[in-house]
Amino acid sequence: MAIPVIYNFRSVKARWTSAIVAVLGIAGTVGVFVAMLSLARGFKATLVSSGSVDNAMVMRAGATSEMTGGVGVDAVKILQDAPGIARSSDGPLVTPEVVLVAPIPLISTGTDANVQIRGVSKNVLQIRNKVKIVEGRMFQPGLNEVVVGKNANKSYAGLTLGNTISLGNVRWLIVGVFDAGGSSFDSEVWADAHLLGPAYNRPDTFFQSVTVHLVSPDSLQQFKDAVTSDPRLNVDVTREIDYYSKQSTRLTTLITVLGGLIAAIMAIGAVFGALNTMYSAVAERGREIATMRALGFGGPSVVFSFVIEALLIAFVGGLIGCLVVLPLNGLTTGAMNLQTFSHLAFAFKITPELLVKGIIFALVMGFVGGLLPAVRAATQPVAQALREL
Amino acid sequence: MKFNRFILANLFRKKIRLILTVGSFAVALFLFTFLAVVKSAFSRGTELAGADRLVVINRAGLINTIPLSYRDKILQIKGVKAVTHNNWFGGVYQDEKNFFPQFVIDPENQRQVMTEMRVPDDEWNNFVKDRQGAIAGAGLAKRFGWKVGDRIPLKNALYGPTKTWEFVLDGIYHNDHPGGDESQFWLQWKYFDETVPSVIKSLVGWYVVKLDSPDDSVSVAAAIDKGFANSSTETKTETESAFAAGFAKQLGNIELLILTIGGVVFFTLLLVTGNTMAISVRERVGELAVLKAIGYPDLYVLFFVLSEALVIALIGGLIGLGLAVLAIPVVGAALRGLLPPLLLSVGVLSLGLAFAVFVGVASGLLPGIGAMRLRVVDALRRV
Repeated sequence: MAIPVIYNFRSVKARWTSAIVAVLGIAGTVGVFVAMLSLARGFKATLVSSGSVDNAMVMRAGATSEMTGGVGVDAVKILQDAPGIARSSDGPLVTPEVVLVAPIPLISTGTDANVQIRGVSKNVLQIRNKVKIVEGRMFQPGLNEVVVGKNANKSYAGLTLGNTISLGNVRWLIVGVFDAGGSSFDSEVWADAHLLGPAYNRPDTFFQSVTVHLVSPDSLQQFKDAVTSDPRLNVDVTREIDYYSKQSTRLTTLITVLGGLIAAIMAIGAVFGALNTMYSAVAERGREIATMRALGFGGPSVVFSFVIEALLIAFVGGLIGCLVVLPLNGLTTGAMNLQTFSHLAFAFKITPELLVKGIIFALVMGFVGGLLPAVRAATQPVAQALREL
Repeated sequence: MKFNRFILANLFRKKIRLILTVGSFAVALFLFTFLAVVKSAFSRGTELAGADRLVVINRAGLINTIPLSYRDKILQIKGVKAVTHNNWFGGVYQDEKNFFPQFVIDPENQRQVMTEMRVPDDEWNNFVKDRQGAIAGAGLAKRFGWKVGDRIPLKNALYGPTKTWEFVLDGIYHNDHPGGDESQFWLQWKYFDETVPSVIKSLVGWYVVKLDSPDDSVSVAAAIDKGFANSSTETKTETESAFAAGFAKQLGNIELLILTIGGVVFFTLLLVTGNTMAISVRERVGELAVLKAIGYPDLYVLFFVLSEALVIALIGGLIGLGLAVLAIPVVGAALRGLLPPLLLSVGVLSLGLAFAVFVGVASGLLPGIGAMRLRVVDALRRV
């Protein structure tokens, strides 16, 4: 015979102070767990969404990131004729790019951040077709004009429409703001590649990477085979999305390992709190339990009832933990991409799946914290418990 | 101390509860120590930066180079003792995962500027003579099991076509500061400058300037930047600590994150122990009333409750700190390459213990005062 669940509700209410302690312990743990994971997810999502399956990146063989690569203009000319590249009315969809880092102060702290500056071709919006100009217009090729990503526009000082900024030894007019759908490009500043290199005393015949738009995602192999077998070229080809997901691994690993460790240690503490609460609940209710058992409720139903009570406490704790961190969702923060040493704005990303994980984590803690005390409650000798004061 | 046995007997009245409360303390202290160590690992660069050193970089950003000719002009500025120059090499050892910083250094001046990084004289002399020589930090050498004399190939795509540069490890440097950086790899400027394509010859990444006195840092920094103003390459000069702090800040606001987690833990811990103490006082209201009835003053009752809380806090705290001492080297090894070395200092340990004592006292205070104020008549009637 099962003990009604209402009994558990009432007993939690009667011992609310110790229940609250257990609830808060679990809430804190779940909150930290969800927040750390959402941070790692947000960072990864930002980088991964930068890549597209339709694009391929070409870098010098052995380069580990765009910053360390180098492709000459001769190689770019050969690449433009390679099979598998999509073409539009004004030629192949290929953007040879110059990638730099420039110090621009963060609005939030006033200290310089390394902002990624990208020199791109004029048809870049056809190649990265998720990127849309949302304010102003695209830069005019051949003019000292730049467009800035929407996070760059919000995070860094002076990157507003109509303003001019100094990059290299040239001043540039900001003519547009673009939205790259929450990807890492949103933290970047884009200019004409042919002007950006010379502004930094670099030859305009030298690029860091080349991104091409493929006819279809399946054309990658055809393009790659053609390019890597060409003896005039010494390059690596990666699908753009793979390049960016690899970029995120170092920081994501760091956050996940540290966050996981911290959440695990906190979980042990929270289980201790739950155990303490449930043991005192059992101890304080010795006579009550004995009475129930004398009335005919069996051992298993007492165990079940106490586990339910612990799960109830854990569930409320998990819920509170999730609710407390929920406002973090979408909150933009910045971190350094450890691969390129450039600053990147990204948002905490709390998904329903993450919340469910948080609640499950809470229930596991509740179960572990409730089982032993429940067993003790069920195995106490009835006669002795009834005699106790 | 005649009450020792009384307090102990009360402690062991509920063994499971004692274990759990001590356990919560141990967990909290462990976490506290862990967080403090991670935080100090992130900020160590800033703390250990030489107060008498300036870093001169290209105003257009760290990745842009500065002419080698600036060296002599910087040396002429009053207050400058020595100047060395470095370049970022950016090679890959076997696999990208094995990342470590590699600097092209100026052998003539590096030791005069980076005085805390010590290399034995004979090793240093071999290095200076050896064009393909290299010096590695002790931590780095340990990480890959390198010994003096080993050949170290680094693949590099940064300067000209991708190729493998061969180095011979001539020496190992140790850092005078405990926990200071021992993860760098140094190679010779001459070898580097001869090998790179002509467009990047005679260009250095940044200068590190040693001052006669740290008090001059502001004026010398201003003088350096002023000297190169309106030239093709303007400079930005900062103290080494400002430079390191700017770098660390971009990593994200680690400090806030750690303080938040620490705050959550602190709060939870206070609740757990406060609650336990409250329960145990509630359970023996009768006994406490009897104590008072037979003549123990109110303050004694407070003392009993407080010392019980304090003993729990101390035992738990010590266990937590002990676990941290054991675990942090293991965690540090697992995170090698991702984080600077994790280092446990006496300061952190004593702060942790003080923290435990504080929480112990705070958690015992409310129930203790409640017990002290207890009216004997009410309490005896309650059962």
